[in-house]
Amino acid sequence: MAGFSLRPCGDFRTTYRQDTRIFDTTYIRNAAMLGIFAVAMIPFVLDGYYVNLFIQISYFAIAALGLNILVGFTGQISLGHAAFFGFGAFASAWINNTTGIPVLLSIPLAGLMTAAVGMLFGLPAARIKGLYLAIATLAAQFILEDFFARANWFTGGSNGAAANPVNVFGYEVYDDFSFFYVCLFFLVVMYLLGTNLMRTRDGRAFVAVRDHYLSAEIMGINLTKYRLMSFAISSFYAGIGGALYGHYLGFVSAEGFTILLSIQFLGMIIIGGLGSVKGTLMGTVFMVLLPEVMESGVSALSIFEWANSTAVTDGLAYIKEMAIGLAIILFLIFEPDGLAHRWQQIRAYWKLYPFSY
Amino acid sequence: MSSQSPILQINDVSLVFGGVRALSDVSFSVQPGELFSIIGPNGAGKTSMLNCVSGRYTPTTGSVSFNGQDVTGLKPNDRAELGIGRTFQNLALFGHMTVLDNIMVGRHHLLKNNFLNGPLYWLGGAQKEELEHRRFCEDVIDFLEISHIRKATAGTLSYGLRKRVELARAVALRPDLILLDEPMAGMNLEEKEDMARFIIDLNEEWGMTVVMIEHDMGVVMDISNRVMVLDFGRKIAEGLPDEVMANKHVKKAYLGEEDDDNDDDEQVA
Repeated sequence: MAGFSLRPCGDFRTTYRQDTRIFDTTYIRNAAMLGIFAVAMIPFVLDGYYVNLFIQISYFAIAALGLNILVGFTGQISLGHAAFFGFGAFASAWINNTTGIPVLLSIPLAGLMTAAVGMLFGLPAARIKGLYLAIATLAAQFILEDFFARANWFTGGSNGAAANPVNVFGYEVYDDFSFFYVCLFFLVVMYLLGTNLMRTRDGRAFVAVRDHYLSAEIMGINLTKYRLMSFAISSFYAGIGGALYGHYLGFVSAEGFTILLSIQFLGMIIIGGLGSVKGTLMGTVFMVLLPEVMESGVSALSIFEWANSTAVTDGLAYIKEMAIGLAIILFLIFEPDGLAHRWQQIRAYWKLYPFSY
Repeated sequence: MSSQSPILQINDVSLVFGGVRALSDVSFSVQPGELFSIIGPNGAGKTSMLNCVSGRYTPTTGSVSFNGQDVTGLKPNDRAELGIGRTFQNLALFGHMTVLDNIMVGRHHLLKNNFLNGPLYWLGGAQKEELEHRRFCEDVIDFLEISHIRKATAGTLSYGLRKRVELARAVALRPDLILLDEPMAGMNLEEKEDMARFIIDLNEEWGMTVVMIEHDMGVVMDISNRVMVLDFGRKIAEGLPDEVMANKHVKKAYLGEEDDDNDDDEQVA
């Protein structure tokens, strides 16, 4: 793709600064800003159902970006992301309940705590790779799940922990309407930080470790340091996402953070695109909306007589579950580079139409 | 030149893998500013020697010192900071990165920004620093004539270009000593000529000391200051290119024993 770009005619870059911008053209930047503005209008325009969906998307998307930094950019597999997500939720509630630190501050603090835990469980990564590392992180998943169930002082054990609502300058955010903006703030900030990370020194080092660790080492990159750092940053994102989740529900219980959720996180980044920041967001949107779309599809079917028979209604619940698995399989076969790559191709198609290159 | 202290000093290096002696008691030294070539038949231990210098292998016995400092047990990533860069025999680019990012990775040990101020980009000075180093990388890109592919994904390039990008990445380290493992393997004549020109420029204009492994004798004899010959892990000759070529051990290693038996002649006839 030498010299290939989708920039409009006559739009030249004359400084390196222009060449390192996040958005390729001013048009795309403006479109993105407009997009954020449009999303910010959702609570005014659409009903609570959509606001709730967006909140789900945002905390999952933050955690998924963490996983993508670990899996997609650094090339280390993790099957324990849900446990870190859960740890963040408990940690934020715990910090807030025991010390009285305001929730808005306890969320990043929970992120830091999760980062420390993630680094601890990432230690095997200094030595092992691939499938073996996957099993080691699987251990993290089960150890932490057990910890959630037993550590009464931290998680409230089987009773769960209460998480206070977010408090912004004395104003308590009880309803979805206001929490929506808290989520939007964290989503934009975390994605901006993630994007910047990936275009600076340490982000490049992650990709270098993934693509060719031997020559990365020759280039002066300390492999152990970067493998651990990747775990820490990944867990930091998981912790922030989890903390938002906890404070949104107002109550954190140990049951929610199973390996199934870990697999769903993996699904999000595989569908979105491994090693793509914007793909992570796309994949999360896809994974959150897929069951919802299936749901509305099912209710649309109910106008037919045959669709109301018990055989069909019972089966549909399973079909919904299977759809997620099917989506992952289809993506792996037809678009292993994920939605981000597909999006690139669609853009190229329209830009170059009627020619193919 | 010999009055200077050597930039690279190898003392009695042996490297043993189980029962295989990859290197036996090899000693040599490279003076600053030299273009030093290591040649030898396949399996002679040339790449093993280079790996001992770059830190991939630790010699079983013997020592490696760089600029007077003993680096025998130092990890590869620490050697980059000291000023040792290298390229690989089999391409070792970061395939999914752009050419530019590959070269920017070479600046890793010179960049100061990290995971804390990198994400803050505009606030922590990371942007300014990145752009300064970008300028240097562009100089390297200009020098190696790869400006037309700077935004291409490294994995999609042709073999000759990838070799060149790999050299660019090693040059971006700004090493004092650059180790080139078969920089011209698998290239056509034109690409070889370009590469030879780049290596000479690196040596003479950029002031880097070059240690090169190469099989193309024409190139080795033309551009090297001194040549060392390895055979079965042993050093069999070292000296000026012409001297080495005239050495009877070298002829033996490359062409086989000169014997008076008539068997060979009979087979030919």
